[in-house]
Amino acid sequence: MSTTTATDLAVQMRGITKAFPGVVANDHVDLEVRAGEIHALVGENGAGKSTLMNILYGLIHPDSGEIHINGKPVHMAGPRDAISLGIGMVHQHFMLIPVFSVGENIMLGREPVTGTDFYDHSRARKAINDLTKRYGLALDPDARMGDLPVGLQQRAEIVKVLYRGARILILDEPTGVLTPQQTNELFVVLRDLVKAGKTIIFISHKLREVLEISDRITVMRRGKVVGHLTTRDTSEEEIATLMVGRAVLLRVDKKPAKPGAVVLKVEDVSANSDRGVPALKGVTFELRQGEILGIAGVEGNGQSELMEVIAGTRRSTGGHILLGDRDITTYDARTERDAGVAFIPEDRRGTGLVLSFSIAENSILGRERSLTFSWHELVLKLVAIRDWARKLVKEFDIRTPSIDVAARNLSGGNQQKVIVAREMGSKPKVLLAAQPTRGVDIGAIEFIHRRIVQERDGGTAVLLVSAELDEVRSLSDRIAVMYEGKIVSIESPDTPEERLGLLMTGGGKAREGAA
Amino acid sequence: MSAITDILQLLVTANLWQVAMVSAVLLLLPALGGVISERSGVVNIAMEGMMLTGAFFAVWADLNWHSPWIAVLVAMIAGGLMALIHAVVSIRFRADQIVSGIAINIFAAGLTVYLVRTIYGLQDVGHVVPAEALPTWDVPLLSAIPFIGKVVFQQNVVVYIALIVLVLVEIVLFRTRLGLRIRAVGEHPQAADTAGLNVYVIRYGAVITSGLLSGLAGAFLAIGVSNTFVPNMTDGRGYIALAAMIFGKWTPRGAFVACIIFGLGEAIYANNSTIHVSQYLLSMLPYLITLVVLAGLVGRSTPPAADGIPYAAGSE
Repeated sequence: MSTTTATDLAVQMRGITKAFPGVVANDHVDLEVRAGEIHALVGENGAGKSTLMNILYGLIHPDSGEIHINGKPVHMAGPRDAISLGIGMVHQHFMLIPVFSVGENIMLGREPVTGTDFYDHSRARKAINDLTKRYGLALDPDARMGDLPVGLQQRAEIVKVLYRGARILILDEPTGVLTPQQTNELFVVLRDLVKAGKTIIFISHKLREVLEISDRITVMRRGKVVGHLTTRDTSEEEIATLMVGRAVLLRVDKKPAKPGAVVLKVEDVSANSDRGVPALKGVTFELRQGEILGIAGVEGNGQSELMEVIAGTRRSTGGHILLGDRDITTYDARTERDAGVAFIPEDRRGTGLVLSFSIAENSILGRERSLTFSWHELVLKLVAIRDWARKLVKEFDIRTPSIDVAARNLSGGNQQKVIVAREMGSKPKVLLAAQPTRGVDIGAIEFIHRRIVQERDGGTAVLLVSAELDEVRSLSDRIAVMYEGKIVSIESPDTPEERLGLLMTGGGKAREGAA
Repeated sequence: MSAITDILQLLVTANLWQVAMVSAVLLLLPALGGVISERSGVVNIAMEGMMLTGAFFAVWADLNWHSPWIAVLVAMIAGGLMALIHAVVSIRFRADQIVSGIAINIFAAGLTVYLVRTIYGLQDVGHVVPAEALPTWDVPLLSAIPFIGKVVFQQNVVVYIALIVLVLVEIVLFRTRLGLRIRAVGEHPQAADTAGLNVYVIRYGAVITSGLLSGLAGAFLAIGVSNTFVPNMTDGRGYIALAAMIFGKWTPRGAFVACIIFGLGEAIYANNSTIHVSQYLLSMLPYLITLVVLAGLVGRSTPPAADGIPYAAGSE
């Protein structure tokens, strides 16, 4: 490892530049990945990681720059070329077809055939079984892909890439959808793959994982490479500073909570999912003034439905919700708002904002009837609305040229800040925050976290749902673990990650006297 | 009451089923085209227009070259070209596929009327000589089977072709590599693209195939069934084929069952003189069946996941 010659490099990208209308996604980017290493590529959203990897996989053509694979210059017209060069990519959003079988998904594009063109099931099955045995990745080729849990779907993606003979594997945010246990399993697989001679490029923004799994790190910011690091000589803080361009606070700085009276009581609440199957099966908990109750769980265990039921956008099928001593179970979204429940929904583009509306208009959504913003609930007070929007933009540091800009044209982080500002601006008793920092960059995460803690300190009761276990652990004063529509345990925030992970997947025992 | 017994009596006659089979095939060909197109992810409601274009060009070619087979070929090419327009607009330019389909249907109606007027100066281009129409052919031996023989094996050649195409499409879509790829492109074009498939080529091929089949149906209608071209003669068959495709849950065999039901409706109407009920009520029958079937009987059927969504490479 002391001297690096060109042939030791599995991937060498030099001076890669790619501009999209309005942004330079990659600006003279250099990337060197050694054969047989796990190389982490980190950066905030929009830093250009995905563009760079899509270029390496032939999905996007660079404006300039050159690519060498195993020392030889190459030109890629499409993924087909990348595949034949031994490059495979596991995308962040799985490239799987839920209605196809596992086998069909893996074979697609390189299907074994008999006769003229008949798909050969038995050869497909055999090929998959050989692969899964070689790499120790158990998979049933005949299962329907849509029926598999995400961990196995990801495994299928990896097998799909291996089946195509990949020697260089690109994994784009592979742990985003996994529990801590599944992540550990994935890491075991990755280490085995490296032992088998593969090279891995690992894209992530979870710095702890990057430090755990990678050998070397390339950091990107705003389309440029800002650092090449060796993992064992660096720290989370150093990487974060490079990523953001300034020192950031990784830990949420907060004082111990001073919980007051119970504000929200959820008693034995049940509800159905969109597909009509029970998603909540008797959820009970209490939420106090001035505390943050975080809900940990693998996505799809009823967290979304729980938030919607409390927010009044989903009907419950049983149980009661009490705000103070008022029964708000049957309240719709507007009456909930009037009663003092604010809601940051998980899908900011779909439910949080009207994308074609301006920031000013979005800043009063749900409050357009209030007498502050309208005369007799009929005619909007435009001046008051604009003043209000300007105040929020300033207070919440929303980066925008004006309050008349359509929400669509803001970055993800600023869109999220508009929602956070609107919801916190209504001075709620209860704040429901679902995935408040999903897809938002580190700077905005830091800001939103600080505001949530401020809300708490101001006496608001905060209910937090997040798929990021780190976020739940660092923000919450108590953690409720949800599994299959029930709260299985209520834990303290310093509970080890392993225990939470176990509870999240239906293992472990509830704490004595909890819930 | 008597109307119902009249219909029941009709239903046991082979004659009725023979007519129903012809009506069904006129729907089946465009329906199969729709299945192929939509399985690849391109919504196609332009079968009506492609069929109408095929009908006109079949008559035109038959009058010019006096051969039904050349006429069929020309009709299929004409249908295929209309489909190519839809393909370019919706795949290359990623326009709304419904709007493109409607535009093609209106365009085809106008184009054919215009061509009839300029070339023949009449509403009706006159009759194709029976000797130059698409022939009927009794299959030896099989046509002698009671009932079934008359219904299935004493038919126009296009009926046999359609039934063969039905089996072929079913096999290709669900048993072959090509079919797997077509369905992959219709379900998740990004996944297909990253697996190294060419999404655009597959979609173009599928849409053009739907045009070829619709053109064939048009030819059958014009020079196999009515032996003349009348403006707007397809009479909504392309739309009913669309309903049959949805009724059949985007499968060839399902579409076939739906076409038989709709075909029966039409055949019963064709016999309206023997039924004691207003012919106007009866004429609604195929459409009524369509509505009832779509609203109630089928329930929710799920189209291919990427049906109607244009694909742009490199987007996520």
